Amino acid sequence: MKSLIRGALLIIIAAAVLMIVNAQLAKSGAQAGGNTLTVYNWGEYIDPDLIKQFEKETGINVIYETFDSNEGMMGKIEQGGTSYDITVPSEYMVEMMRKKDLLIPLDYSKIPNMKNIDPYFEDLPFDPKNKYSIPYFWGTLGIAYNPSLLEGQTFESWDDVWDPSLKQEVVLVDSAREVIGMGLNSLGYSLNSTDPRELREATDKLKTLSPNIKAVIGDEVTQMMMNNEAAVSLIWSGQAADMMSENEDITYVVPEEGSNLWFDNIVIPRTVKNIDGAYKFIDFMLRPEVAAQNADYVGYSTPNLKALDFMDPEVTSDERYYPDEEARGHLEVYKDLGLEMLGFYNELFLEFKMDMK
Amino acid sequence: MVRRMKTNRTNFRLPLVPYSLWIILFVIAPIGLIVYYSFFDLGGNFTLSNYSNFFTSVYLQLTVSSFWYAFLITFFSLLIAYPTAYFLTKLKHKQLWLLLIIIPSWINLLLKTYAFIGLMGLYGPINAALEAFGIGKHQILFTDFSFVFVSVYIFIPFMILPIFNALDKLNPALIDASRDLGANAWTTFTRVIWPLTLNGVKSGIQVVFIPALSLFMITRLIAGNRVITLGTAIEQQFLVTQNWGMGSTIAVFLILFMVVILLLTTANERGMAGSGKKR
Repeated sequence: MKSLIRGALLIIIAAAVLMIVNAQLAKSGAQAGGNTLTVYNWGEYIDPDLIKQFEKETGINVIYETFDSNEGMMGKIEQGGTSYDITVPSEYMVEMMRKKDLLIPLDYSKIPNMKNIDPYFEDLPFDPKNKYSIPYFWGTLGIAYNPSLLEGQTFESWDDVWDPSLKQEVVLVDSAREVIGMGLNSLGYSLNSTDPRELREATDKLKTLSPNIKAVIGDEVTQMMMNNEAAVSLIWSGQAADMMSENEDITYVVPEEGSNLWFDNIVIPRTVKNIDGAYKFIDFMLRPEVAAQNADYVGYSTPNLKALDFMDPEVTSDERYYPDEEARGHLEVYKDLGLEMLGFYNELFLEFKMDMK
Repeated sequence: MVRRMKTNRTNFRLPLVPYSLWIILFVIAPIGLIVYYSFFDLGGNFTLSNYSNFFTSVYLQLTVSSFWYAFLITFFSLLIAYPTAYFLTKLKHKQLWLLLIIIPSWINLLLKTYAFIGLMGLYGPINAALEAFGIGKHQILFTDFSFVFVSVYIFIPFMILPIFNALDKLNPALIDASRDLGANAWTTFTRVIWPLTLNGVKSGIQVVFIPALSLFMITRLIAGNRVITLGTAIEQQFLVTQNWGMGSTIAVFLILFMVVILLLTTANERGMAGSGKKR
């Protein structure tokens, strides 16, 4: 009988211990104290040498944690119990976090290196006057293709993807706004369309693409393109850069109708513990030499104008990564459309995927 | 006397405490939460719209296709597992052979799936072999075939185990008796072996069909999202659209489907055993 009570107690204790462990894990960076800085960033999104350099210069110990989706990152910040000092959301997520009051307004007197940022990338609609965020990297969405596997097809227009000769050749990223966005772009509609009629039209057009589609997958796209398994893919410029560094046959293009222009941005979330350290880190990352070295390592485009002088001119003059102002005019930044609309996009995307047999 | 009975009763109830605690904390509470969430919309208002939304063409089609693929996977698993289990019981070192079949299930599912991506790729060994035989390259990955093949491969050990146990417990004297009474091999199988191992087959079907209904990772990695199941939809609702209400609603239906399958398979079982005894 006693052993049974013990058994019951054991389960209650186990549950309690699990809860405590969970709480402890959640505040992982919390041993923080004065001299640590917890950076919460995408994987492979910073040159590790720069973290070492920052630690050496300032004596601040950096804890680097990674996430793989904006939504997952926001979830952890919203829950609280964490002590992230810096994080790097995409533009629509900055908007969402701002609305949820999860960000701290930046004090620019502590970030003198802000002057290095290209004014073109300042004061964007998702964060007027850069009150909460500073662009970290930017890029586009376009088509990576391998001419050696194709018979001379080019992709000046989105409609070229519908070419009947590309049967079973096209790989799409498994992401609703990107794929529905391709349909919208090809019809000349806005990427931020909330008009059900336009979205329906885009979905119907995408359904006619199904004979050309090989698969709709996630990050595996990069590997497949590198290994010549796929010839054409809808992909972000940074991943296209990864492909090209491994497989020289591949090239990347943004079709002329326009596409998505995206930004990942440094912000200080509400969970911050070491705010001085956070400012030091931001200012450090905005130094031209540092930003240049980081861009070299990561392979995405830097919004740091001064940094371009420290980089290989072959890269910075490459229209695929640094399109000129005219080409940029066709690009559109995602707006936060609200959860209802995001749900509608995803339902259409599901419908499109189910139609793809 | 009275006192003794009382202690007996408490003795009888006490063992239930740890189990009921376990079930309340880790079974009933999570299911309760899922049901609870399924009644709320994005704005956190009470609603039944998630349920009416489920009965739109998109989700009904999803349900049908989930069931169809789960059926295919279960069918082929059974087709391969039954003879395999049968021959295993005939072998000398059957436990060793069984172990060899079980071992692959110790390897992480994701790793096995990634291995298949390599194997089935355009430049993978399967296509190299096809080419060597003069058949030529084929797109194997991202087809219905690859999806069913990989899923069957993953589920087979779970189908073999219960069938093997049922066959192993089968009294060989019954088969001898059937033969002595003049039944040929086929009749012996259909009238004696199959009915007596049906319970093993049923538990095999349960452990394969139910998880196969909600497969989601393989649908993307191996089928390239050409196969969409209810699992895919749940993943999307929770991780992308953050619509926990709709995600929970799909999960509630999935639970209901599973209950129905369990009832169907176990109800028959009881009926069989009962009628068997009467005769």
